[in-house]
Amino acid sequence: MGAEVVAFYLFALSTITGGLFTVLSRNPVHSVLWLILSFLSSAGLFILLGAEFVAMLLIIVYVGAVAVLFLFVVMMLDVDFASLKAEMAQYLPLGLLIVVVLLMELAMGLAVWVPADGAEAVRAAPTPTDLHNTAALGLLLYDQYFLLFQLAGLILLVAMIGAIVLTIRHRKDIKRQDILAQIYRDPDKSMSLKNVKPGQGL
Amino acid sequence: MTEIFSQLFTIIGSVLSNLISSNFGFALILIGQGLLMAVFLLLSAYFLIYADRKIWAAVQLRRGPNVVGAFGLLQSGADMLKLVFKEIVVPAGSDKFVFFLAPVVSFVMAILAWAVIPLNDGWQLSNINVAILYVFAISSLEVYGVIMGGWASNSKYPFLGSLRSAAQMISYEVSIGLVIIGVIISTGSMNFGAIVEAQDTNYGIFGWYWLPHFPMLFLFFISALAETNRPPFDLPEAESELVAGFQVEYSSTPFLLFMAGELIAVFLMCALTSLLFFGGWLSPIPALPDGIFWMLLKMGFFFFVFAMIKAITPRYRYDQLMRLGWKVFLPFSLIWVVFVAFLAKFEVFGGFYARYLIGG
Repeated sequence: MGAEVVAFYLFALSTITGGLFTVLSRNPVHSVLWLILSFLSSAGLFILLGAEFVAMLLIIVYVGAVAVLFLFVVMMLDVDFASLKAEMAQYLPLGLLIVVVLLMELAMGLAVWVPADGAEAVRAAPTPTDLHNTAALGLLLYDQYFLLFQLAGLILLVAMIGAIVLTIRHRKDIKRQDILAQIYRDPDKSMSLKNVKPGQGL
Repeated sequence: MTEIFSQLFTIIGSVLSNLISSNFGFALILIGQGLLMAVFLLLSAYFLIYADRKIWAAVQLRRGPNVVGAFGLLQSGADMLKLVFKEIVVPAGSDKFVFFLAPVVSFVMAILAWAVIPLNDGWQLSNINVAILYVFAISSLEVYGVIMGGWASNSKYPFLGSLRSAAQMISYEVSIGLVIIGVIISTGSMNFGAIVEAQDTNYGIFGWYWLPHFPMLFLFFISALAETNRPPFDLPEAESELVAGFQVEYSSTPFLLFMAGELIAVFLMCALTSLLFFGGWLSPIPALPDGIFWMLLKMGFFFFVFAMIKAITPRYRYDQLMRLGWKVFLPFSLIWVVFVAFLAKFEVFGGFYARYLIGG
């Protein structure tokens, strides 16, 4: 058994453990921490596949930014665990029903799964050997699929603007600070130094 | 007698060469190199904290540490021993596992990033293609130590400190990332060796990236201050507002780990500044030889600047910190990326911005 196999099983095991405890753990903050473990181990799996750029992006975007925001929100939750547990028993039958339906759908899908004729060839195509995979990925995204990439970005931009438009509200009745005015304030105009003699007032 | 010795040496030599070529030997060498790097970092941390305090004292016309050892050189060791032998106080109601995980994460992440930092041509533990992304990824993980520590303490001030820190570190990571993209565009590679090589022109100090990426140097350095929670951006541990921020409940060795991790992260930022903008191990005058000496000198110089900034600047206000990050640095660095991409693509100024054209 080579080092890579050991590493694979180690990462795979910790990914699955992380995922499992994300669902099972009682404390939401612990759930997010397990989720982060799961992300990190999947990044390790990507590295074993030779996709180091994707692995680093996974860590930077998901662990470094998204999970921090998750943690940020979850830490501030004030959850009453006792009432949650009581409700859980109430919703258990519904949850189990959904699980059964999902499993049946998966089973039906897998049973009749036949790969398309050209699928093997399409999957094998974009792996040039003379390039780093970062450069290969860049060529694919920015040359071959430029329009699709930009459109995907546009969709995200629209979603962001939409969220801002829906939630922003300008309140006219509160005082705001004008930071530039604060920065450019001239000390000479707003205060004066007086030389006060000892024992005398102004 | 001499024959026996020479035979013995050949036997030992063959055993050693077999060992080195085997997998086990390779792993052993890797571990040895890692230990060497760790020792280098811990020794640097030891003397950096001394230097930090001496510089701070000199600015305030004090003497600084001068009692333990000659010139107070042993003060850091005495402080370390003091911290290690103190009692570890665990607050009631704290989340014990996360509470102790936090300082370990903070320290380990700070050390881990050094795996790809070269101190000289080829002197690095791991020469990977996406080295700069790796450093960026690891430094974005450093925030977890602070967040987890603040939350697990189950106390108000640490929690406020960790929330501040989370927001601050994410904000400034964005502009650091964009500055790095500018450098990557100029180089055409994410490998530190290639980045330094691209700055190796025949013009010495004027070939380095500080000149083509001039405004970004300051942006990067200020963002580095905010990213490592150094003054004037040490809002997460502002003593006048939050006692000691996320560190309030920590004592003894966990506190030591936080402190050492923070210091090593600062040193990492010094190394990054000298690699990205000041040519790493290249000498400023083409006639002089390159070498690790220059790298250490540059890192030392940037640490001096870090320490001076700590000594002479008042603390920022939190809302202004956020404004600076999102409304000033982010647009500026974004425009700069577009600008550099334009200059590199259309080869304005020849290879000044497109170093991959002139082959470094």
